[in-house]
Amino acid sequence: MAQHVAQPTATDPFVPAALPLKAIAPWAVFFGILMLILLYFVGAEQGATSVFSGTGVHEWVHDARHLLGFPCH
Amino acid sequence: MNSATVRNLLVRGMLAGLAAGVLALVVAYFLGEPNVDSAIGLEEAHTHTHTHGDAGADAGGGHDEEEVVSRSLQSTAGLATGILVYGVAFGGIAALAFCFALGRIGRFGPRATALLLSGCALLAVYVVPYLKYPVNPPAVGDPDTIGKRTTLYFLMMVLSVLLAIAATLLGKRLAPTLGTWYATVAAVAAFAVAVGLAYAFLPVINEVPDDFPATLLWRFRLSALAIQTVLWGGLGLFLGELAERLLNPKAVPSEPGGAVPAAR
Repeated sequence: MAQHVAQPTATDPFVPAALPLKAIAPWAVFFGILMLILLYFVGAEQGATSVFSGTGVHEWVHDARHLLGFPCH
Repeated sequence: MNSATVRNLLVRGMLAGLAAGVLALVVAYFLGEPNVDSAIGLEEAHTHTHTHGDAGADAGGGHDEEEVVSRSLQSTAGLATGILVYGVAFGGIAALAFCFALGRIGRFGPRATALLLSGCALLAVYVVPYLKYPVNPPAVGDPDTIGKRTTLYFLMMVLSVLLAIAATLLGKRLAPTLGTWYATVAAVAAFAVAVGLAYAFLPVINEVPDDFPATLLWRFRLSALAIQTVLWGGLGLFLGELAERLLNPKAVPSEPGGAVPAAR
């Protein structure tokens, strides 16, 4: 009986405690926005809208844009 | 302490995204690129209306007259840049979502949480928008409607992600009364109904030319789905592994030997 309590079984998952929302929020806001800016440059820059003029960014990621599912041109 | 955990998970998520991006790049190069080349070949065969350069700015010039970036660069370094940046960006976002999900979506450890999360993300971020606005190869799509198509695609993506988050919260709320199983079924059904309504009310886009080969379109779209499946699957496995080693350092090394996992 005592052995049963001491020995964890393989079906016992390791479930960590939830991280407090206060600790996540600043990272989520700052890096969330940063990551979305990266996605914008891969997915939409110099297509529907442009931050930089020209077609350099569009042409450089052209194939990736098509294969990742973004409307390219 | 907790803030440091979030930072460590974020860094690991971006690394996992980079590694998954490398796997996706291999699939994209060997499965996707041949279809892109075939489509560009068709496009060049009749160069009339399809300007390949950009949307509107130099509407007169096709890309074969003045190449800003050569095809060989587009299909290698350009492709790699796009997919790896995409992988790192979604790796970071997935890591932040993982921080929220960990310990909040049921009795799942880090590895199972990460894989479950990335599977749901594949559906919400890619598959749901893809079924409404499928990916198109070069030579498909009217450059004049790029603004509308981009807006609708991103709208569908944001809507789908928000609906998935709402369904998760709904499932959590229903779980105490219905039990985990029926709460999950109800939440997924609610998600499906909401997505179906969005599909029904958002405008249809079909700009595939009549003479575009159906088999090439099918192969292109299938290869695009393969890229995303590998990317998100890899991301889930890598992030889960790195998170497990970070959060549960004692258990992992003993497992490959087949030993009993350490307590909790």
